Amino acid sequence: MSKPSDLVQGTLDMLILKILALQPLNGWAISQRLKQISSDVLGVSDGSLYPALHKLEHRGWIRAHWKSSENNRRAKFYSLTQLGRKQLEKETANWNRVSAAISGIVRLKEA
Amino acid sequence: MNVEQWFYSLPLRWRSFFHPHQADQEVKEELHAHLERQISEYIAQGMSPEEARYSAMRAMGGLAQIEQQCRDARGGSVVQDFARDLRYGFRQLRRSPGFSALAVLCLTLGIGANAAVFSWLEGILFRPYPAVAHQERLFAVAATAPGESRPDLLSWPDFLDLRRNCTLCEDSFVSKITGSTLNNGDHAEIITGSIVSANYFDALGVHPILGRGFQAGEDVGNDSHPVVVISHQMWRKRFKGDQEIIGKTQRLNNVLHTIIGVAPEGFYGTFVGRAMQFWIPVSMQETFSSGGYKLEDRGARWIESYVRLKPGVSRAQAQQQISAIAARLQKDYPATNRGRGIRLWALWQTPFNHAGELLPTLEVMVAVVAFVLLIACANVGNLLLVRSFVRRHEISVRLAIGASRGRLLKQLLTEGLILSALGTAGGFLMAYWCRHLLVMLLPVREGEAMYLPGAMDARVMAMGAGVCLLVTLIVGMIPVFQIRHLDLNGPLKADSYGVVGARGRTWMRSGLVVFQVSLSFILLVGAALLLESLEKIRSTSPGFTTTRVVTTGVSLMAAGYDVPRAKAFQDELTDRLSALPGVESAAFARVTPLGYVMYSSTPVVVDGYQPSPDEQPEVEYNQVSPTYFTTLGIPFFSGREFTRSDDENAPPVAIVNRTMVERYWRGQDPIGRRLQVKGRWARVVGVVADSTYESIGETRKPFFYVPLRQDFVREPDLYICTTQPLHSILTAVVREVHALDANLALYEMITLREQVNRSTSPQLVAVTLVSTLGGLALLLAAVGLYGVMSYAVAQSTRELGLRMALGADAASLLRLVIWRGLRLTAGGVLFGTVAALALTRLLRQLLYNVSPHDPMVFGLALAVMTATAIFACLLPGWRASRTDPARVLRG
Repeated sequence: MSKPSDLVQGTLDMLILKILALQPLNGWAISQRLKQISSDVLGVSDGSLYPALHKLEHRGWIRAHWKSSENNRRAKFYSLTQLGRKQLEKETANWNRVSAAISGIVRLKEA
Repeated sequence: MNVEQWFYSLPLRWRSFFHPHQADQEVKEELHAHLERQISEYIAQGMSPEEARYSAMRAMGGLAQIEQQCRDARGGSVVQDFARDLRYGFRQLRRSPGFSALAVLCLTLGIGANAAVFSWLEGILFRPYPAVAHQERLFAVAATAPGESRPDLLSWPDFLDLRRNCTLCEDSFVSKITGSTLNNGDHAEIITGSIVSANYFDALGVHPILGRGFQAGEDVGNDSHPVVVISHQMWRKRFKGDQEIIGKTQRLNNVLHTIIGVAPEGFYGTFVGRAMQFWIPVSMQETFSSGGYKLEDRGARWIESYVRLKPGVSRAQAQQQISAIAARLQKDYPATNRGRGIRLWALWQTPFNHAGELLPTLEVMVAVVAFVLLIACANVGNLLLVRSFVRRHEISVRLAIGASRGRLLKQLLTEGLILSALGTAGGFLMAYWCRHLLVMLLPVREGEAMYLPGAMDARVMAMGAGVCLLVTLIVGMIPVFQIRHLDLNGPLKADSYGVVGARGRTWMRSGLVVFQVSLSFILLVGAALLLESLEKIRSTSPGFTTTRVVTTGVSLMAAGYDVPRAKAFQDELTDRLSALPGVESAAFARVTPLGYVMYSSTPVVVDGYQPSPDEQPEVEYNQVSPTYFTTLGIPFFSGREFTRSDDENAPPVAIVNRTMVERYWRGQDPIGRRLQVKGRWARVVGVVADSTYESIGETRKPFFYVPLRQDFVREPDLYICTTQPLHSILTAVVREVHALDANLALYEMITLREQVNRSTSPQLVAVTLVSTLGGLALLLAAVGLYGVMSYAVAQSTRELGLRMALGADAASLLRLVIWRGLRLTAGGVLFGTVAALALTRLLRQLLYNVSPHDPMVFGLALAVMTATAIFACLLPGWRASRTDPARVLRG
């Protein structure tokens, strides 16, 4: 199990929050969505997803509850809390600022 | 983590702590569901079921690790680890009950001694008046006199001016200790009370449970308000808890007092060391203290007073204002106040109660109990070291299978915590039992209730908890040093190749023993110094005969004697007693030397002595009857004793001591010269040798005597010089007193030797406490030495067996062990001597005529230490000498 780098680790939290902002999902669905949107670039293994989910739950950003999934199986669904929404806004703003700055630097080098 | 987050995570934490299995189960289920989905996905892609399962597992990573990571993410595992460590620690301690009991006992003694001393400091010095609100803003007020280092008292007019002008003070009140006598059948009971200003109870925030406190105006006038508030204890004991007590009367010092209030339970007044039984207003001063009416006399200094500062006012600010007030008083009343200042004292430095007397002892005690605690810690550390050595198999196995050193450290600290927590619990119990110990060590006159409680309050508990944490760290860290150097391979191999004399890994244990020995050596030296000092004090001549003189008093005031009757009684009793067989002489005096009663003092003018401009000669004196000097065996240099004819009708006379002659007459014979006492000229008729007046260790000071008849008090103490033993003279005196008046009662009768001994009780307390703790320290050090030596012997049976096989006999092995023990002891004594030479100076205040570096004392301590060390090594040595070479070498 490869440990994602710190940057990716922080990004993982933000991605999960972003995904859950759209709709409540279970762990499997989140992992599929992650693979889709990041096109496997970030290389998030399923192994690191669940500890991240538990961590976010404990920070009060997401909430979990059990309900039946599509195929009538009990599954744990995660949804964004009020606190999580605020955190997402904060992290998105932060991300935009940092990425703008970085891409500025990168362009500077190219010039 | 902010509050909102706590709101979300608290239920989760709750669950993962109390239902960890449920939480684990859910993780498992969740991961399992994920796996199932993945597998069916792979099958749909065309894999075989086994292949699909294998690929899914690989994509997921190790399930167990993920579960652990989830557990970590949930938090709560810190608590779980701790709980597990606690359980494990308890199991470890239960497995070796001998070790655990010894360790807990050591810590109980160490922590208990500390907690007890803290409780004394708290109850006696820092929070002496538990029923009083805002003690931290209370300060004692005393005067400073020119050329006098000791604090003096204020006069009532000075106090009133202070109270009027001190705007930074919330309240100012007076509380002056006094006494009275209650007749209890045939013996007199002394009760202690306070003369207080009318605002006393209000200022303290103490509300009587029955009746009222004093009203404004009740402290004005001369004997104009005979009212009394009695203590809860007196109400219960003497008045049987009478609910209708208010308005009833009680005769105190021959004046009927109306009982107006009963103080609440737990209020003992404001005099450290005594439980007050009654309070009377200042207006009753003349009834309760000698020397006439003083409320309008600015020169009569008798006021013991306190102020409570307004919130937020610092002591320095208040002192500044009060000094300004004193300066104004100097200017306005130069005749009485020239050179006099007023000073604030912290409650624990209050100059006019027992706090100051015990302060040096308590200061020393703080250091002493800290030593004892360190010795106890060293002992427990040593025990833990032995165990960590025994447990090195377990520990290296745990390290080998992947326990982090941090985790292991946590576990060892937890074990330390268990030990110190148990020790602290035991220590608190011990301190609770010992909190009244100080009173028991202080002998006082019969009936005079001493009250010196320790307080086990939150602050003391917090200090105790702090000590507990400190001990945990020290005790827990000691084995950690060992672990740090633990070689993973070494302990897994065989052992028992130690050598008795080897250094190597035993250096730490030996170091601890050396440390213990040096600390207990310091305590031994301290105890021996104090003991020698006490011996010196008790064997020093106080300047009067102590062996054949007994002292007592007769309760004339309580029996309602007026002055003429008292005079007649005193003369008659003296005559009757002097006529008794075996009685050489009998006399009266107002103040017994080395007692608690203060001498009168007066500004004096000496014929032919020109004082310097800022000097205001003031000398203490005593009122004594004829034959006082003969009775007490105080020798004359010249002149004569007072006689019966030196009475109120005769011209005033005085007898002065030697130092007074040197100070004011430059050594010339002053017989016939004059001395002005309280404004009256008295002729000097005799010169006597200096004796001790207030304490044995005091510096020589001028002192004089006046005839009792010329400055009369109704209830002086009685002295009898006799060849009879105490009990037979007591019977005879009671018989003679009752022959004169059957209503009279006698105070406790003691010899002057006993009086001297009682005056040295603070020293006795210091000696008792330091020797007890010194003994304890010695015992702990001996246990430590014993432990190290028996361990060394147990670890080196092979070497011992070899030595024996090569021809060493039992005696030489015994010598080997003892020699090794003595080497450790010598190291300790060396360090201890150096430290003691530096530290015993702190004892100087408690030492009388003993050098803090007395070689005799150091020699004695060395002898005791050596004997103890040999004793501690005997058993291990004996065991070494019993080594069976055949068995050991074959094994």
